[in-house]
Amino acid sequence: MTDVTDNTTIAAPPVERRNSGLRIALYAALGILLVALPLFSGDFYINLASQILIAAIFALSLNLLVGYGGLSSLGHASFLGLSAYFAAWFFTRGGLDHTSAALVALLGTTIVAGFFGLIALRASGLGFLMITLALSQVLWGVAFRWASVTNGDNGLSGMTRPMPFGIDLNGPAAFYWFSLVIFGISFVLMAIFTESAFGSALRGTRDQPRRMAALGFDVWLIRWITFVYAGFWGAVAGLLYVYYHKYIHPTSLSITASAEGLLSVIAGGSGTLGGPVVGSILVVMLKNYASAYVERWNMLLGIVFLVIVIFMPEGLVPGTKRLWKRFTGGAK
Amino acid sequence: MQSSQTRTVLALLAVVLVGALGFSYIASIRSAQFAIVQTLNSLALGGLLFLLAAGFSLIFGLMRLANLTHGALFMLGAYIGANIMRSYEGVSLWVAMLGSGILVALMGGVLERFVLRKLSSNSLGQVLVTLGMSFIIADACLIIWGGDPIPVPTPPDLRAPIRLFGYAFPTYRLAVVVLAIVAAVALYLLLERTRLGAMIRAGVDDMAMARAVGIPVSKLFTAVFMLGAGIAGAAGVLGGPIMSAYPGLDADMLPLALIVVILGGVGSLFGAFVGSFIIGFVYTFGTALLPDLAYVILFLPMILVIAFRPQGLFGRIAA
Amino acid sequence: MTTSATPALEIINLHKNFGGLPATQNVSIKVQPGERRLIIGPNGAGKTTLFNQITGDFLPTSGTIKLFGQDVTKLKPHKRAHLGLSRTYQIITLFNRDTLAHNITLGLLGLQKARWNMLRPLATYGDMRTEAIRVLGLVNLEHLADRPVTDISYGEKRRVEIAMAMAQRPKVLLLDEPLAGLSAGERANIKELVASIPRETTVVMIEHDMDTALDLAETVTLLHYGKVIVDGERDAVIADEKTREVYLGH
Repeated sequence: MTDVTDNTTIAAPPVERRNSGLRIALYAALGILLVALPLFSGDFYINLASQILIAAIFALSLNLLVGYGGLSSLGHASFLGLSAYFAAWFFTRGGLDHTSAALVALLGTTIVAGFFGLIALRASGLGFLMITLALSQVLWGVAFRWASVTNGDNGLSGMTRPMPFGIDLNGPAAFYWFSLVIFGISFVLMAIFTESAFGSALRGTRDQPRRMAALGFDVWLIRWITFVYAGFWGAVAGLLYVYYHKYIHPTSLSITASAEGLLSVIAGGSGTLGGPVVGSILVVMLKNYASAYVERWNMLLGIVFLVIVIFMPEGLVPGTKRLWKRFTGGAK
Repeated sequence: MQSSQTRTVLALLAVVLVGALGFSYIASIRSAQFAIVQTLNSLALGGLLFLLAAGFSLIFGLMRLANLTHGALFMLGAYIGANIMRSYEGVSLWVAMLGSGILVALMGGVLERFVLRKLSSNSLGQVLVTLGMSFIIADACLIIWGGDPIPVPTPPDLRAPIRLFGYAFPTYRLAVVVLAIVAAVALYLLLERTRLGAMIRAGVDDMAMARAVGIPVSKLFTAVFMLGAGIAGAAGVLGGPIMSAYPGLDADMLPLALIVVILGGVGSLFGAFVGSFIIGFVYTFGTALLPDLAYVILFLPMILVIAFRPQGLFGRIAA
Repeated sequence: MTTSATPALEIINLHKNFGGLPATQNVSIKVQPGERRLIIGPNGAGKTTLFNQITGDFLPTSGTIKLFGQDVTKLKPHKRAHLGLSRTYQIITLFNRDTLAHNITLGLLGLQKARWNMLRPLATYGDMRTEAIRVLGLVNLEHLADRPVTDISYGEKRRVEIAMAMAQRPKVLLLDEPLAGLSAGERANIKELVASIPRETTVVMIEHDMDTALDLAETVTLLHYGKVIVDGERDAVIADEKTREVYLGH
């Protein structure tokens, strides 16, 4: 009896795999395009692409909290900024080499994320949002005021790019490929995370936290681990950020920086893997192009926020998917 | 009942203790005069924070909406006030305050009615919209009034310090404290003694029930949002002679107000009052004693409260 | 069948105040292993509040809750689940975006070490899927295993509620109004399902539908204004004068 049901029902739902051949081909083409990008575009676009990759790692990490955990953080820039400050400070002033400075930055930031998580996860919902915002503003204030360490409003400069395996990363193409590798690793690991048993539990705590507790899941611990994990990937983005700019300023810790990340997640589609990447492309391009013509990035950012939330609350990726489904469904 | 009274007393004691410790420490290393000035600075900042946090907390308590434009409304109020006083010779600060408060309240009403209302089922969306609005308002202020701080003149009759026991007390700061206390009492009376207040309290306690008994919840939301926005705008003008109007004022004030609300408890007027003065003291004395680490010191009361009482000192609802 | 010395569930002098209002007053209940206990009482009698204290969603103001002799009064809800406690909700609490199989799988995952695994996709746990389908078969829903919860009817959702709890093979199962909002046919369905629960599972059920629920129960506890009014064998409770008073009033 059970054998029969097993054979008929265990096969994975067919809908998911219907287009898998086409899908793999598309992903392969996209991969080749990404790798080959520096071969056919100028420095400006290569640098733009590097910035997008960095922003995308940041948005993906924030998406773990916002999209998969249902925990809307408005202070995620804390981890990007902190990691960048750690790396810059220990390299330029603390006398560490690149490898040690990077390790200190990742480890230190992750520990701070653990501590922030302890505080912020005393609440959920809007309370969590307010506490993360307040915590990040405190860090921002420290970066501004504690000038003897952070150099205040002047920021920390003098950072250089590392030379992994002796490869010089100072050229735009080399740095782009370096970022692409890191992005690839982050993307895959975060994708695995969201699909894993733990990731399923995390989504459960987003949708029905009480039920999850009744089923035996430690909701608090699941959220805290995710917070720390997201903090770690935020730190990875911060490391790339400071390598790219060779400089770090308190604005990287500001509410604007956190908001840009959150906008990328929401605009692209929270709780999807592609969403934050698409959102990052949108935000970074807007920021670069708009600031070339108008000096009003903040106002534009605000307007984009309003437009997205009011007219496309589900985000670009799910919105387009829905339209695509309707289109292909209608064709049949 | 008993425990809430105990907590009230404890919190007030904490404020007094923080104040007294800071005062005596500063008096011992600097001078009593310096300590007096810092104490009054603390109280004045506390008063301004109360005006900001009370509106934020009221809006949050009633509408479950974290209004992140609140800092920007404070700044906008300061700019409008400064502008009124600059444009019309002889207009007093109090008139400018009133005018600015009304203008900012109207703006808040428009924001609530035409934008936030449409997103009432999407609380994250609402927060993001208020955040977006705060960016827009801040940038608009930068476009209109430029990057340089605009001073707001102190009313002439409050310029000379009051002299008592051989010490000088800055009069305007005293006036700010008095005004904040008057506003606190007025808000308390509004909430506890009027029909409007009764409706607000009913809404804060149980929105579904409030709707069921026929309270016009939609009008109430607009009214409370306008009230909160108006107070923030007026507070911006009131703070003008101390802080002036400058770009970034919003980003300086909003986190302080957030910390006040987290500390005092969402939806609690009294919590906002106690929290404001605690933060007023901690921030002012922190800046005076350890200017580098004033922001780190802000952490401490917040972490203590969140660790032991996540709903805040006087909060009834979890945020 | 021997009666065990330690009750499956023991509640001693439980008190719960909300603000100043008592929701549970001096409640003491003993449920033996394998027992079928029905908790009845008018609306607002504090039945669900009692469940929420047993599961740990609310902490009681005072009193003790024991599971198989172990004091769990201060234990977190998820730890109680690992001691063999499961529940269903009066208001359907399912994972709406996910498939039925995924819902049941979460019920299975909650008690397994695998719930901490961050590397292996949940979809690759074939044994868990097999078991989830089997459990869905118990409630006759295996044909809908890969449909999202939003696609199924209210009565089917009620069955998933119970299946999710049963998947955990609980030692103590709390059913909060499993018949609420169902048609007569669906009720008969659920009744059969509850009756088929093995005796290893102790069942405590809140229900308003006496006709159906009394058949399932061996013992009954009547709550009124948070107090235990009558408690004992089913027929004795039904016959009790106080039961009639509560339900018919004076």
